[in-house]
Amino acid sequence: MSASLKTLMKDGLWDNNVVFAQMIALCPAAAVTTSGTNGLGMGMATTAVLVVANILVALIRNVVSEQVRIPVFVVLIATLVTVVDMALNAWLHELYKVLGLFIALIVVNCAILGRAEAFASKNSVGASAVDGLAMGLGFTFALTLIGLIREFLGSGTLFAQAPQLLGESFAFLEVQVHAHGGALLMILPPGAFAVLGFLMAGKRALDNKLAARQNTAPKERDSVPSPLA
Amino acid sequence: MTTDYLAARAFASPHAHGGGEIRRTMLLVLAALTPATLFGFWLYGWSAFFLWLMTLSSALFFEFMSLRLMGQKDARRTLGDGSALLTGWLLAMTLPPWAPWWVAVLGALIAIVIGKQVFGGLGQNLFNPAMVARVALLISFPLQLTAWVTPLPLTTLPAPDFIAALHITLGQTPLPDAMTSASLLGYAKTELARGIGLAQALNAGHAPPLSWLGVRAGSLGESSALLILAGGIFLLIARVIRWQAPAGVLAGALIPALIAHALAPETYLAASTHLFSGALMLGAFFIATDYVTSPITGAGQLVFGLGVGLLTWIIRTLGGYPEGVAFAILFMNALTPMIDRYLKPRILGRTWSGRPLGTTTTGKGA
Repeated sequence: MSASLKTLMKDGLWDNNVVFAQMIALCPAAAVTTSGTNGLGMGMATTAVLVVANILVALIRNVVSEQVRIPVFVVLIATLVTVVDMALNAWLHELYKVLGLFIALIVVNCAILGRAEAFASKNSVGASAVDGLAMGLGFTFALTLIGLIREFLGSGTLFAQAPQLLGESFAFLEVQVHAHGGALLMILPPGAFAVLGFLMAGKRALDNKLAARQNTAPKERDSVPSPLA
Repeated sequence: MTTDYLAARAFASPHAHGGGEIRRTMLLVLAALTPATLFGFWLYGWSAFFLWLMTLSSALFFEFMSLRLMGQKDARRTLGDGSALLTGWLLAMTLPPWAPWWVAVLGALIAIVIGKQVFGGLGQNLFNPAMVARVALLISFPLQLTAWVTPLPLTTLPAPDFIAALHITLGQTPLPDAMTSASLLGYAKTELARGIGLAQALNAGHAPPLSWLGVRAGSLGESSALLILAGGIFLLIARVIRWQAPAGVLAGALIPALIAHALAPETYLAASTHLFSGALMLGAFFIATDYVTSPITGAGQLVFGLGVGLLTWIIRTLGGYPEGVAFAILFMNALTPMIDRYLKPRILGRTWSGRPLGTTTTGKGA
């Protein structure tokens, strides 16, 4: 009784986007998005944890009792994050130096426990894996977008240090748009909140416009869609 | 207008209307700012005028665009209430007079869009829009926002003419080093950091009494403390503002300054210097008295003012920035809802403890 693949993907990427619609996991969304590269790296690491956590939780959902499920989920997620943390440190050490502390903090990212509780504990393994991937990609999209905007306004570059994350073949991504420096404020926390706020407002405006075009009642679309829609 | 359906005109205490309107209040404040602004134009030449014009027109433009985007039908009427004009004007008063044009445009954008309209427009914003813009600009562009120029009054020879001033505002002429100069507070801070005592540092060129008249480096709003003070007193007399907030700000800075200067005059600036330098006067009479972002009650405004004054003195004396009025005001803006919560007026017909008037206070209950 799982929703269709298309609905799951659309939900994760847009309709029920972790950052722009559910408005959770705002701590990494604000803290690491000082550049597009940082946002992308954080998003990908979180996606990896999210997919595996969802699969594991869906596997054990019939074994774990209602009363102890939260501690069990927490231990599972913490283990996964530790594995990702060590793996990055071992094989992608340059990226690890950039993201540093924030990798360990994936463990307190409420999006992961949220998906485990709201989706994986009630759905099949396949659907949970797709949901984890969709939510993770949506999260990556949001973080990269916020990071790119802040980076552009704050330091005048796009995807700075991209080769460190993706390897030398991606050096072409690194763009110096202008050399005037930029508004330092956009790199600081207020810049994150301002960009986040305007992006959320933009998403809602776009949704309303699309709804109006489809001739559905805009009032109905205004409410946040339920996670299992 | 829409009061036609009222059977009788309300004239008794809680319902009577004083006849005031936003437009009148805003125009009175603008009038109070005019003398200091005109003096600033004379002092810093055409560039200051261009910057002022740029800030005001961009503030109006962004207000209009925001209202349009938010679907307000009658944008012109809201625009006409003068609040965007006042925000732009106050922002222009705090900018370095020779700043390039984009500083003005960006400042107006931050003030009107992020500082005010995002919260829902006039009366809804938590922080004073002009101060939000000022602080955002200062943090983002420290170089441009601290490039003060020595006053070159319009009538004197070295003052740039109309065209040269236009070039300065358009950012095509870099500021000549000979013309830049630190503001008094910045100068004192640098000299102290170099280990030079204030008595030696504040010689002829930076003597505090000179600064009272306003012939010194600084922004439009800080150069002439006396004209700002005169404007503030005009607003007090016109009953646009109340005395609590300005008195609080001035006392909050005066008291610690007096004590510290008496204890160690070599390391702490004199109280008069604190009062008449920087944006303290502008902050006390024009920013801390903002209806929207300051507490409602008189007692609350006094607390608010004292906090602003004290924080200003602390930031100026111990902080990294030479001037702290804008930071202090933003900080106290954030505390305003709390001040309002704890300093509520007595409910009509009840005692302070909330008991109805006229009941006995000795008995156990009514």
